[in-house]
Amino acid sequence: MNSLPARYNRSIDWVTVLLYLLMVGVGWLNVYAASYSPDAPANPFSSLSFGQLMDFNWFKQIVWIGTALVLVVVLLVIDPKAYDTLAYGLYGLMILLLLVTPFIARPIAGSRSWLELGPVRVQPAEFAKFITALAASRYLASINLRQQSFRDQLVLAGLTLLPPVLIIAANETGQALVFAAFLLAYFREGMSPLILLILAAGAVILILALLVPKLWLILGFTVLLAVVLAANWRSLRHHLPLSAGVWAVVIGMVFGVDFFFNNVLQDHQRKRIEILINPSADPLGVGWNVTQSKIAIGSGGLAGKGFLQGTQTKFDFVPEQSTDFIFCTVGEEWGWVGTMTTIVLFMALLGRIVYVAERQKSVFGRTYGYCVASIIFFHFCINIGMTIGLAPVVGIPLPFFSYGGSSLWSFTTLLFILLAMDAARKQDLERY
Amino acid sequence: MQYLEGRKYVVQAIFLAVALVFATRLFYIQVLDGSYKLAADRNTLQRIVQPPYRGLIYDRKGQILVQNTPVYDLMVVPREVKVLDTLRFSQLLQLPLEEVREGLQQARKFSRVKASPLVQNLSTQELAAIQDNLIDFPGFSVKARMARSYNTHTMAHALGYVGSITPKLLERPQYSKYQPGEFLGITGLESFYEKQLMGRRGVQYRMVNVRGIEKGAFRDGEYDTLSVAGQDLHLSLDSELQGYTEKLMAGKRGSVVALDPKTGEILAFVSAPMFDPEMLSGKGMGNRYMELLNNPEQPLFNRPLMATYPPGSTFKLVNELVALQAGVVSPNTPFACNWKLVRCTHRHEYPSNVGLAIKNSCNPYFYQVMRATVLRGRSSNRFEDARLGLGEWRRKVMQFGLGEKLGVDMGNEKKGLVPSPEFYDKRNGYHRWTYRTVYSLSIGQGEMGITGLQMANVLATIANRGWYYTPHFVRGIGSGGPLPEYQIKHTVGVEARHFEAIIPGMVSVVDGNGGTGNNASLSDVGIVVAGKTGTVQNPHGDDHATFAAFAPAQDPKIAIVVFIENAGFGGSSAAPLAALVMEKYLRGQVAPWRHRWEEWLPGPADRFIKRRKY
Repeated sequence: MNSLPARYNRSIDWVTVLLYLLMVGVGWLNVYAASYSPDAPANPFSSLSFGQLMDFNWFKQIVWIGTALVLVVVLLVIDPKAYDTLAYGLYGLMILLLLVTPFIARPIAGSRSWLELGPVRVQPAEFAKFITALAASRYLASINLRQQSFRDQLVLAGLTLLPPVLIIAANETGQALVFAAFLLAYFREGMSPLILLILAAGAVILILALLVPKLWLILGFTVLLAVVLAANWRSLRHHLPLSAGVWAVVIGMVFGVDFFFNNVLQDHQRKRIEILINPSADPLGVGWNVTQSKIAIGSGGLAGKGFLQGTQTKFDFVPEQSTDFIFCTVGEEWGWVGTMTTIVLFMALLGRIVYVAERQKSVFGRTYGYCVASIIFFHFCINIGMTIGLAPVVGIPLPFFSYGGSSLWSFTTLLFILLAMDAARKQDLERY
Repeated sequence: MQYLEGRKYVVQAIFLAVALVFATRLFYIQVLDGSYKLAADRNTLQRIVQPPYRGLIYDRKGQILVQNTPVYDLMVVPREVKVLDTLRFSQLLQLPLEEVREGLQQARKFSRVKASPLVQNLSTQELAAIQDNLIDFPGFSVKARMARSYNTHTMAHALGYVGSITPKLLERPQYSKYQPGEFLGITGLESFYEKQLMGRRGVQYRMVNVRGIEKGAFRDGEYDTLSVAGQDLHLSLDSELQGYTEKLMAGKRGSVVALDPKTGEILAFVSAPMFDPEMLSGKGMGNRYMELLNNPEQPLFNRPLMATYPPGSTFKLVNELVALQAGVVSPNTPFACNWKLVRCTHRHEYPSNVGLAIKNSCNPYFYQVMRATVLRGRSSNRFEDARLGLGEWRRKVMQFGLGEKLGVDMGNEKKGLVPSPEFYDKRNGYHRWTYRTVYSLSIGQGEMGITGLQMANVLATIANRGWYYTPHFVRGIGSGGPLPEYQIKHTVGVEARHFEAIIPGMVSVVDGNGGTGNNASLSDVGIVVAGKTGTVQNPHGDDHATFAAFAPAQDPKIAIVVFIENAGFGGSSAAPLAALVMEKYLRGQVAPWRHRWEEWLPGPADRFIKRRKY
């Protein structure tokens, strides 16, 4: 790292770098296992040309990892002040790119979200995440956090919602959902916890509405409220209007969720939520993915079947096994030990990112740090959740593990912009 | 304190909460719940059952009778069938267009992605004719398997046939290991010895991918087992003798059973009309089966085992033996040929002893013999006396293996009927019948029903002077002997001296001057035959002809019973036929002057009626 500018003073957060390298390494092993075929030549490097090697996902992943490491160097060379300066400009460019993508992209699997640059395919939506994170951080840094005006909040909301709206237009709902992660970062920066609570309540009601008839739900909640009121009559009798308000909001949500579920969601999206409750609802469609994925992970047992010994993934029972369902290979070949290691790695990385974010002296750096943690966390949550039947099937990758250049580069960029800022924070102190 | 720094704990708590939920859930599905492991095995493990090589069947002289040859099923995977020129395809396969269309439709109904048979049982030659052209028809493939083929055109009834297991049989617990469509013995020896012939299935566990394509052995074949070939059967049937007998029985209905009395081994077993065993194997087997089933001559009916007829005069021998053992008559007891009691077969000399009575088949004589056995004053009530006497008599008759299953190594054997006192109580009323009611039994007529096999066994017993081994077809299983139940000697409760008393009479039937069975004489080649003719009254048409004999009389090597439906007098058709078979077996050839019989005997039975001589 001697080639890096002297300003870093060996202050790169090596813990994060180490965790990053570990995850990418472990991820590659699993991509190799998932794309491993017993029929392949024993020593592919000596017998196959580069072009033939590029037919193998595991080899392409080596290429993606190599280029990602080059990217790391580039990111560390760039003066982190540039991100602050360029945030809005990049944001504008990105919006433009997202706008034109659906028109110039060839449709792949029903979505026009991939741009082809020669042999490389990139998904602009992947890069929308860190650019939006930069822009949002810049905006939060520019306003008075303690006395946010309604207008400030509206601008921030618009800033955050514009990219996902455009991404949904390109029919890539999964990537758009990731932007919900920003709420966690905004919460750290002062957003009312009520918003998180209402969203959580919405999710609970959505699940309940699928399990229990609407009328029961309304009756049940009414009775519950009445019991709570009666039990605490003395203290709560002055808050009757508030109680009535809560009641009205909940009832409204019940109907709202119902409307949302039946009228807003598309058929396949509705199915993905239905199979959470009843995996046999669509046994040969999305239910197949979830069932096979659970079988693969569940059959791993405590210690797994061993490297390259997974039968479910090797024999193609799990679809998308090297990309969105890479966690199945981890679960099948390495067992509970492997899945726990993966979870611990993610917890360590997230914890470290929060730690790094908190030590930033600028609101910009801190907010960006939280955005990074939230985005990685959201992927972690949904991706692993869907493989074990706890979250709906949403096609988003597991950071650093899943096969794919686009996602690896995007997460690498996301993370190393933070590390670059972190390394330069001492300079900030000196300068200010 | 930084702005809202406390919230970092909330954020981290959310991270940890999710991690904890995942860890718990993963622990549950990976470690606690074993069902996913089973599901994974069910996903990838394919159990391939290797059918064992079915045991072969050899005849008495070690000649191979039934073997396995590869046949081919033309399989079709409907989804892979491209636009099919059904006309060209059917011409190529030499199948009716309609059949091809229907077959394809049924295959589609079964599964679009799994292979199902379109045409079954193609021979190697038939396959060769179409194989080259099959390349032009994607979706069609050929599957080889083993099927039965026959080196003989005879003994179809004894051999039985194999066919695919029926859904009904599959439900039975003893067939739980069979797969749908698997072949097993349906009738005859193939069915009785199914367990021995079947062998043991081999099982291979293969791993398959999501499209069912094989990906190698499971755990390097650690759990695989090899199939074990079934045991060979060595029959006591002599295919040469069998073929000879079947030729003689051509055009008739009836049965011939020949036994080696010393061992109980069945030498020839003919149920006429016959059919070629090959009819019930190979392509078009179903159609041919229906043809046989609907044939009015009922060729599928296994007559020696299943057809029970009144035995006729041959039964007089049993009647006499029972009486001699009971001590109510002696060999020299005379009874008048009193036509008032029962009509006799013909006018003949005075039956002053049992020998003359047998030679002339004197009905009144044996009427009186049985009467002496039955009516012995056990009760002062004449009805009760007949009742008790008949019961006692029946018990002794049944000792000869009559009225119950002998236990031959073949299914569907009939018991026959030796009527009991209860039988007549039911039919005529209690104490409403006397000896006059049942006397027909004394000459083997009336209600009595006996199978050809049972009668042959009686003759073997007489030849042995009082004992028999249960008749059986299989004298060796694999490298061992017959089943243990065929190595047990049965006695019939009659002393040897009583047999010696009647055998001269049986010899005189054949060789005596004016004996009813003179046509069966082999004295010209130095063989003494002991026999008895029979003519079974048939209320539905012409009488049935029967002849029972063994030879040589002093050292019997063959016992035979010939039964020809609607052929009239036993002496004219059944007796010469039996003689030819016995001579063939004992000498290996037939004297030239009897060759004309070989040409004359085959053919319909009614020809013998015209030559009837009483």
